[in-house]
Formats: sequence, structure tokens, C-alpha cells
Amino acid sequence: MSEAATNPYRTSLRSAADWGLVAVALPALVALVLPLGSLNGAPVGWLGGTMAPLFLIGVVLAVIAGRSAPKRVWGAWAELAGVALAWLLPFHLLKEGLDLSAGWGLWLFLVAATLLLWRVMGVLAGVPGGIRSVVVPGLFGLGLLVGWEVLVRGFQVPAILLPPPSRIAAALAANAPVLWDDFRQTVLTSVLRGYVMGCGAGFLVAILADRVPFLARGLLPLGNLASAIPVVGIAPIMVMWFGFDWQSKAAVIVVMTFFPMLINTLAGLGNSERIQLDLMRSYAAGYGRTLVKLRLPNALPFLFNGLKINSTLALIGAIVAEFFGTPVVGMGFRISTEVARMNLDIVWATIAVAALTGSGLYGALALLERATTAWHPSMRRR
Amino acid sequence: MRLLVSDLTHRYDDLTVLDGIDLTLAEGEILAVIGPSGCGKSTLLGIAGGIVAPTSGSIRVEGEVPDGCLNPITFIFQDFALLPWRTVEDNIALVLEHHKLSAAERRERVDSGLRRMGLSEFRNALPKQLSGGMRQRVGIARALAVRPAMLLLDEPLSALDAQTRELLMDDFLELWRREKTTALYVTHNLDEALRLADRVCVLSRRPGRIRELVTIEVPRERRQEPSAQAHLAEVRGRLWHLMKAEAQMADREIARA
Ligand SMILES: Nc1ncnc2c1ncn2[C@@H]1O[C@H](COP(=O)(O)OP(=O)(O)O)[C@@H](O)[C@H]1O
Ligand SMILES: [Mg+2]
Repeated sequence: MSEAATNPYRTSLRSAADWGLVAVALPALVALVLPLGSLNGAPVGWLGGTMAPLFLIGVVLAVIAGRSAPKRVWGAWAELAGVALAWLLPFHLLKEGLDLSAGWGLWLFLVAATLLLWRVMGVLAGVPGGIRSVVVPGLFGLGLLVGWEVLVRGFQVPAILLPPPSRIAAALAANAPVLWDDFRQTVLTSVLRGYVMGCGAGFLVAILADRVPFLARGLLPLGNLASAIPVVGIAPIMVMWFGFDWQSKAAVIVVMTFFPMLINTLAGLGNSERIQLDLMRSYAAGYGRTLVKLRLPNALPFLFNGLKINSTLALIGAIVAEFFGTPVVGMGFRISTEVARMNLDIVWATIAVAALTGSGLYGALALLERATTAWHPSMRRR
Repeated sequence: MRLLVSDLTHRYDDLTVLDGIDLTLAEGEILAVIGPSGCGKSTLLGIAGGIVAPTSGSIRVEGEVPDGCLNPITFIFQDFALLPWRTVEDNIALVLEHHKLSAAERRERVDSGLRRMGLSEFRNALPKQLSGGMRQRVGIARALAVRPAMLLLDEPLSALDAQTRELLMDDFLELWRREKTTALYVTHNLDEALRLADRVCVLSRRPGRIRELVTIEVPRERRQEPSAQAHLAEVRGRLWHLMKAEAQMADREIARA
């Protein structure tokens, strides 16, 4: 028997009160009696002449609308509007010139807004399709950025320690031509070439090692050794060997990506079932035809695994290698020189470019993998 | 096509799996092979199909290859051996791809396989979208696309539920009614042997030796008739007696090992 049938008291209480909303309302109510911030040393409350009451009314209306919406999902969207409004309040207060660092009323209010967002996300994450796979992660990222912005500005964290995202974005825009040159040098030249060479070589040697067993036996232990080599150790050596330009960066990347690709390809080539191999043999398929028609398609999930790991490794390798000598351009070069000049905005902007590039590469590979291995049991429709 | 096996022995390293097998398969004959698991049935099929080289002994294939036959000796597998990234029709076309055929003939072979197995509406489905029975039908259609002279079936129905198994047995009966394709049919299941085979070969536990070769005197088409039941029951009793003894001894040996 279900709990509802055995315990009517509990069910009735449940339907009578929305405990989640109570948990949100409690900090919000306490927040109302605390100050929002201070102006010239004097605390400012909710009715201290700012537009804060309007924000408060807006949020309350949104929550009421959310509660009375005929569908939970619609209610979630209304509550989301409330959350957005609540998080706009600190921006309004900053514009009014308030010092927010002692504004415990505001911070508590924002805690309540975040709890409300938690509820909204819980509902949206249950909706199948684009909402779950795009909107929820998008909101999550946006929430982190807004939280970062508000906390850094509200508590007046020095920009040298951590600039707000808006300042990083401004640095990105202001230095776009330099950053683009760095991107071209590091990503479009060094990373792409090194990545193609490292992955290509790993793949080809794996095909060879698959045919020549002693190669596999000899190479695999070396793979463990190679993965333990620190980049900062080989980068200066490669710069000595191959010079300042992209060649030394590509060499570092080849060293870092060769073995992951080799190992993944070998594992993938071993991934065909015995019975499938028997099938190919029984139709008189030779080595080449079996490789192309059976073993490589079966290896695809492993190949993509290697390619994805290597996309991140290649970017890290190139940036670190540029610390040890480069023409006067490149993301690693930019970071090392601008840190020395305490010009941290552009360093953060470069970090942002690197992060976006890394996730972009990874995402593109993941999409390609989805498109080409939809048949694989691990690729359930999500 | 005829198959002549004489004094065949096979060892994997020092594990002897087949010992002194003598066997003749006449043109158009269907021979069921039963025996405890691990006794070397799959190995025997592999040797007959040329994908395993025997340790000693000889195996010969004789006879005419019919017109349009692309792969005289063709397997049908227990686990279907479909390529999961290929659609039903591409799985069938796989075995035609390396032959020089006109586009029309290629199409015709795929289409007729699909039609005969009732798969036409699933031609663009992926294997994972099909039931087990449908998957094995794809396996059969793929085998038929090369117009084989001899079929080697390795427990083709063992991965299926009882009801699907009945349906596919009917498909096989229909197949052998239309074409007299010689077949070696490995199975665990006495019902399959008694419905489909002309003769039944009982192998001993490992190392596999021939314990007995039993001929079923009633033709396949008449085995549902009441007059056939007495004979079938007698054959079944004899086969079951042999199988049971071998299986029990095999079990005991496994327990002792
Ligand atoms: N490629 C192989 N290498 C080594 N041993 C094998 C190989 N294939 C099968 N065997 C062993 O040979 C024995 C017979 O196998 P198999 O012919 O598959 O038996 P069955 O099909 O009758 O169950 C089993 O014990 C199996 O473990
Ligand atoms: Mg077997």
C-alpha cells in the first residue's frame, strides 16, 4: 500500500503547505528587517529611498503567479522571472551608490532568491528535450556569472585578485585584435597542427602495432612513462630543438597526445566481437576489408574518447610551452608577460578565450561523436 | 554440395576438442549436430566453413555450385552477428559489397532477402530497434543474399524465446522446401533437430566423438501428422537417453576439475 493510503495525516499536511516555498520565504522575511547597504556610512533599509520595494513587490507577484499557474512548468518560468528580478536589485543599489558589504538584508534576500532558483531548476530539469539539455545548463552558467559579478562588486574585491566578469568582458572587447592574434598563433597554428600530427601518428602507429604484436607490447609500457612526463620539463627542450615558433609547440603537443591516441585506438581495435570477426572471415574478407568495414567503426567510441582527451591536452601543452619561448604573440606568451606587468585584465581575458576554446573543441567533438555513433549502446537518447 | 569429413581431430593448444570425426553430408541433406556444450560443435562448424584450420584429418567439399552463388559455404550465427551501425538493408548488402554485381542485381538480392523474411518495412531500421527474432531474420536474409550452396547454422535459435523459435523453425522449413540447400545445423534443442533434420548426429562430451548417427525416417513435411508420432517419439527417446548420459558425465567432470 502506498504511503498516501496509510498515512492520511501526512498527505493532507503536504498538500496544505508548500514546504519548499516556506524555506524560501523564511530568509526573505528576516531580510526585510535588515539593512540593504550603507550610504556614506549610514545604513539604508528597504524603505530608505531606493526602488527596492518595487523589486520586492515584483518578486512577490512572480511567486504568487508561479503558485497559481495551471502547469508546474509555467509556474517555474514565472518564478524564474522573480529570481531574475531579485538578482537585478544589487545592480540597482550599486548604481545608487550604496556600499553593499554590510547589507545583510540584501544578501539574505539573494540567498532566498537562489533557493527559489533551485526549485525552478528542479522543475525544468524534469522537462525533456531542449529545455533540459540547453536551458538548464545555460541558466546554471548564467547564474554563476551573475553571482560572481554581484559578490565581487558588492564586497569590493580588488580587481587584481579577482575582476568581475563584466570587466573581463570589457578587456576582451578592448583587446580583441591582440587576443585574436594570440588565438591565431596558439590555436589555429600550434594546437591544430600539433593535434593533427599527434593524433594522426598515434592512430597510424596503433594500426601498425595491432598487426605487429611486439610493437604493442613494447609501446604500451612506454605510454605510462610518457603520461608521467611533465610538460614544463619537455617544453624547454623542445624549444631548444625546434626553435621559438609553432614547431616546438607542436612537438610538445605530439608528445602529449601521441600515447593517449595510441592506447585508445588499440583498445578500440580490440573492441570487435569474436562472432563479428568470424562473420567477416566466413565471407572471405581479408585484413583490410575487416579493418575498414568492421573494426574501425567498432573502434569509433574509443577514437572519440582519445580525440576528446587530446583536445584539452593540446591546448594546455601549447599554452604552457609558450612560457618557454615564442615569437611575441600567443596565449601563453600573453599570460606570462602581462602577469609580470600586473596587467591582469588581459590575463583574465586570455584565460576566458582559452576556456571557451577548450570547451568549444570538446563540444564539437562530442557533437560529431553523437552524430557518428548513434548506433552505440552507450548513446541512449537523452 | 556434399561435405566429406574424415578422421578429423582438433586441438586448441593441449585441449583436444574433436577426436576422430567421420561424417558425410549428402547433397541437400540437413544434419543436426547435438552434444553437451563445450564438446566442439562450433569448432566443427568453423572447420567446415574454413575459418578454423583443423589439427589433423581431412575435410572436403564437393559438388556443383549453383548459378549466382557468391559464397558457397555460409554461416548463420547464434548471436546474429549484425553490425549495429548498419541498417537492416545495409547489413544484408555487406556481404555483396566486394562482389562485382550490377546495381540492379545488388538491389534485387537485397530486396528478395527482405521480402522472403518479411523485413521489407524494416529495411531502414537499425538492429537495436528490432526484436531478437527479427534480428535473426536479418541474419538469414543476409545468408540467402549470396545464394549459398551449404548453410552452417550454429545454434541459430538459442538466443530466442520459445514462441519466436517456433516461428523461425517454420521459416527454415519453408526455406528448405523451396531450395535443397545442404545444411549442418548445430543445436541444443531436440525439438529443433526433430523438426528440421534428416539425420541427427550426437557428439560425446569433450573431446567430441560421434556417439551415434540417427536417421529420422519420416520426411520433414509429414512430421506433424499423427502417423509419424510413434517413430518420432522413439527417436526422441533414444536421442534423449544418449544426450542425458553425456551431459551428466560432462557435469561430473566439470565438478571434479
Ligand atoms: N579459439 C579458441 N582457443 C582456445 N580454446 C577454444 C577456442 N574456441 C573454443 N575453445 C574451447 O574449445 C572447447 C569447444 O568449444 P566449442 O567448439 O565452441 O564448443 P561448443 O560449440 O560445442 O559449445 C571449449 O572448451 C572452448 O572453451
Ligand atoms: Mg558453440
